[in-house]
Amino acid sequence: MWVRSTMVYRTSFLMLAAGSFATSVLDFVAIMIMFSHVEVLGGFAFHEVALLYATSATSLGLADLLLGSFDRVGTRVRDGTMDTMLVRPVPALAQVAADRFALRRLGRIGQSVLVLGWALGGVDLAGGAWAPLLLAVTVLSGTAIFGAVFVVGGAFQFVAQDAAEVQNSFTYGGATLLEYPPTIFAKDLVRGVTFVVPLAFVNWLPVLRLLGRDDPLGLPGWADFAGPAVAAACCALAGLAWRSGLRAYRSTGS
Amino acid sequence: MRLSGVYFAVAAGGFRRYSTYRVATAAGVFTNTVFGFILAYTFTALWSERPHLGGYDESQALTFVWTGQALLAAAALIGGGFQEELQERIRTGDVAVDLYRPADLQLWWLSADLGRACFHLLGRGVAPIAVAAFFFELALPASPLTWAAFLVSVVLAVVTGFALRYLFALSAFWLLDGTGLNMLSTLLSMFFSGMLLPLTVFPGAFGEVVRLLPWAATMQVPADVLLGEYEGAGVLGAFGFQAAWAAVLLAAGRALQSLATRKVVVQGG
Repeated sequence: MWVRSTMVYRTSFLMLAAGSFATSVLDFVAIMIMFSHVEVLGGFAFHEVALLYATSATSLGLADLLLGSFDRVGTRVRDGTMDTMLVRPVPALAQVAADRFALRRLGRIGQSVLVLGWALGGVDLAGGAWAPLLLAVTVLSGTAIFGAVFVVGGAFQFVAQDAAEVQNSFTYGGATLLEYPPTIFAKDLVRGVTFVVPLAFVNWLPVLRLLGRDDPLGLPGWADFAGPAVAAACCALAGLAWRSGLRAYRSTGS
Repeated sequence: MRLSGVYFAVAAGGFRRYSTYRVATAAGVFTNTVFGFILAYTFTALWSERPHLGGYDESQALTFVWTGQALLAAAALIGGGFQEELQERIRTGDVAVDLYRPADLQLWWLSADLGRACFHLLGRGVAPIAVAAFFFELALPASPLTWAAFLVSVVLAVVTGFALRYLFALSAFWLLDGTGLNMLSTLLSMFFSGMLLPLTVFPGAFGEVVRLLPWAATMQVPADVLLGEYEGAGVLGAFGFQAAWAAVLLAAGRALQSLATRKVVVQGG
């Protein structure tokens, strides 16, 4: 329905999709400008950073396309429209996900896929035949991890209705973090995004393996392949958080 | 009440309005701090590779990052503030009521935006810098004179930012749906204000042009004033640059506004 309704205003849709494309282009232009001054950043060459950028941005883009509307939960709780969703015979989770489904976000995904192709042209991937497979699995489990963060953020807003921005620090902030090599961040920060909010599994660990580099925390080798398992655990936790959020929800009564 | 009193009351209302959202403010401080940390680490990596890039040493570059995060909400560098609200009033036709008031539309919204900016500077500006001063070596000025100059520059930055966004907001008179242009506005501001990278780092002629655009007045210039990049009377030149853009853009907004009110039929409800 939301797809059809946006397609009614085709020009506006195209403009927004182009805008979404351009927004992420400028992100990458900033990295390009950085590399116009330096050869390596944190020991990583331009193509390698581009690979990190592209995997992070693609995963976030996909998760944002599917579940990005979860940052509107707070607004819906405040204005009381959450109630209408709860009386319908469809799970609230699916309804929130479909709410204002914005196909224009394809613009961002398109841009990151282009960068991905360019980056792959400039690096030698370790791992031979299964490298493409690992890359695909990485992007998908990355999407699931970011998706879980979106859902947890939505659940959190049942409690703190005004705190949509906190979610942004974990989704958009997290994605920005993952665009750069882990070597430039403080160890404690890297530990935090590995063990507390497991964003490191979105791309750092598997991509470091593909680039044939050691991870700065010295984790055992199998951790590089743990993405899908971590993603599944995240989704389970997010499901629980969402349910307890719904249970704690008290209507504004308007 | 005298008319100037009205604008003061509107500004105070803007301040009070945003001060009500305490959780949102705390969330904003958290977000600014997180982004500040991420940018600070990437800048550290960049400046350790190329010391004195863009004319800053490392602690100056870090101060630049945190100044940007502190100004983000106050100067509405990635949008927010009045823009969407005014467009909604234009779309629904409520703007007709605003135009009927004995107060000027542009000054009305400017006052409200100044009140909002004032709250955001205190609410979301001070805390991230305080946290940063704890973890990083910042190049904050010792002289109260520099701080005073910084505040003047911030006021001019907010006015310039307002004037820019007012132009984008008025487009709703013709387009009705401002979403696309708002996105463009945010995009331009994010990139050309210096928030992603200091404009002094932008290469060659492109960099020179970028530093002359109005967006430079909204973040790059106040940050440079704080960092003491302007010597002595050079600060006046910086103020002049900001004031000139503010004046030009406010005048353009005024012209567009009178064109809109004369030519456009307001939708009634």
